Amino acid sequence: MTFARRWIEEWVEGLGQLTLLARDSIASLFTFKVAWRDLVYQIYFVGVKSQSVVLITGAFTGMVLGAQTYFQFHKVKMDTAMLAVVSVSMCSELGPVLTGLMVAGRVGAAIAAELGTMKVTEQVDALRTLATHPVDYLVVPRLISLVLALPLLTAESIAIGIGAGYAVGVYLLGIEPTYLWDNMIKYTITEDVVVGMIKAFIFGGIVAIVGCYKGLFCGEGAEGVGRATTEAVVFSSITILITNFFLTLTLGKIFHTT
Amino acid sequence: MIEVRDLKKSFRHQTVLDGVNLRIEKGESVVIIGRSGGGKSVLLKHLIALLKPDSGQVLIEGENIVPMDERQLLRVRQKFGMLFQGAALFDSMSVAENIAFPFRRDKSLSEAEVRRRVTEVLAMVELSGTEDKSPAELSGGMRKRVGLARAIVYQPQIVLYDEPTTGLDPVVSDSIDKLILRVRDRLHVTSVVVTHDMRSARRLGQRILMLSDKKIYATGTPDEIFNSEDPVVRQFVEGVSDLEEPALKLK
Repeated sequence: MTFARRWIEEWVEGLGQLTLLARDSIASLFTFKVAWRDLVYQIYFVGVKSQSVVLITGAFTGMVLGAQTYFQFHKVKMDTAMLAVVSVSMCSELGPVLTGLMVAGRVGAAIAAELGTMKVTEQVDALRTLATHPVDYLVVPRLISLVLALPLLTAESIAIGIGAGYAVGVYLLGIEPTYLWDNMIKYTITEDVVVGMIKAFIFGGIVAIVGCYKGLFCGEGAEGVGRATTEAVVFSSITILITNFFLTLTLGKIFHTT
Repeated sequence: MIEVRDLKKSFRHQTVLDGVNLRIEKGESVVIIGRSGGGKSVLLKHLIALLKPDSGQVLIEGENIVPMDERQLLRVRQKFGMLFQGAALFDSMSVAENIAFPFRRDKSLSEAEVRRRVTEVLAMVELSGTEDKSPAELSGGMRKRVGLARAIVYQPQIVLYDEPTTGLDPVVSDSIDKLILRVRDRLHVTSVVVTHDMRSARRLGQRILMLSDKKIYATGTPDEIFNSEDPVVRQFVEGVSDLEEPALKLK
């Protein structure tokens, strides 16, 4: 009973700290005290360095989705609708979610490990003694870079996914390319892309805030940093999956895509 | 200038400070001694609000900093410089970037002026020519010197030293002590040094405060502390583990 109570207390406390960190970060955005040099480096680290992992994920997801859709649609002679399914799925669901998960694994973990190490070696305290707010200097550049980079990475993942699905359909499964492409254009609406971009923007914020929170509030020593890194990936991934469901319902109502 | 009133601090269920009171005047050099794990560093971190007490007040020039939020504290912390136990240098930056950090953030000085200040302060800590080195390339003593250079570069009024000689050999410790004295005399700063190195305490302190049993147990000039008849003070000064030790009784 005591264990359950302590667990609930720690969970609620953590949620409160996370909310306060998010509030401080958003407030800090309006103070315009962003370290521009760090922001540029973070955009490079998050955006450019995530290219390979996002492109591979997008390409193979598009390919397997295309092949599987074809296997099912072929039974009812709807082969040429295959790419439309790939496109709509990639734009509104798989693109943002898979990109978010991959970036959570790569960037979220790196943020938690870096900030966690800074905390246990007193570098975060050193920042504070140098009259620098850790949120201004550490959190905000990471938050801005992730909310900017994740939609772009998602767009890239969607494009490569559709391209890979097209290649599988045309060159491997022998589907007529003109109908395949035409159906894809016909059934993919702008709102699907907009929904995907909004989701990616929000997932970027989740990866940044959870990663920074886990780093800045990590336990002592190497074990604390290790646990913070693992928890950053697990918590941001779970949060992305849960948030995605509610975003699908909410954005579907707003943009009439459901 | 610095005043602590009835400060209490616990971590989970362990009380570390239980009613600490102290006062440090402007320009004074105070050393806080006490056993390892006795709460010296915790007390020091309360002076610059890196930790919040459970109760009590910390007044800096008459202003209670305990209720302030992190953003309000930025203004108060401009009065402080702090040297951390492990130096806490930013390992992603070079020596020069570490020292120039406060200026790069507030952009109040020109690039040439920042470079001049960095060169000047590096000469003061006898590390000229190390501007482009990374912290990983430096020895423990050099890291502490760079940490000190970073703490004093924007000429604070108060410098806090957290175990400045811990983990260093006696020769390097001596050079760090001399450096602290030089900083105190040249910049006329208020110094608060936390240490359990009695040799350093004797040299650096105009006044020594001894933290024991979660409170300030004794206070006095170095001579008063080192000649004290109090068994607890004597035990610490002599460095014996047992109050019944014959060496302690002989005294």
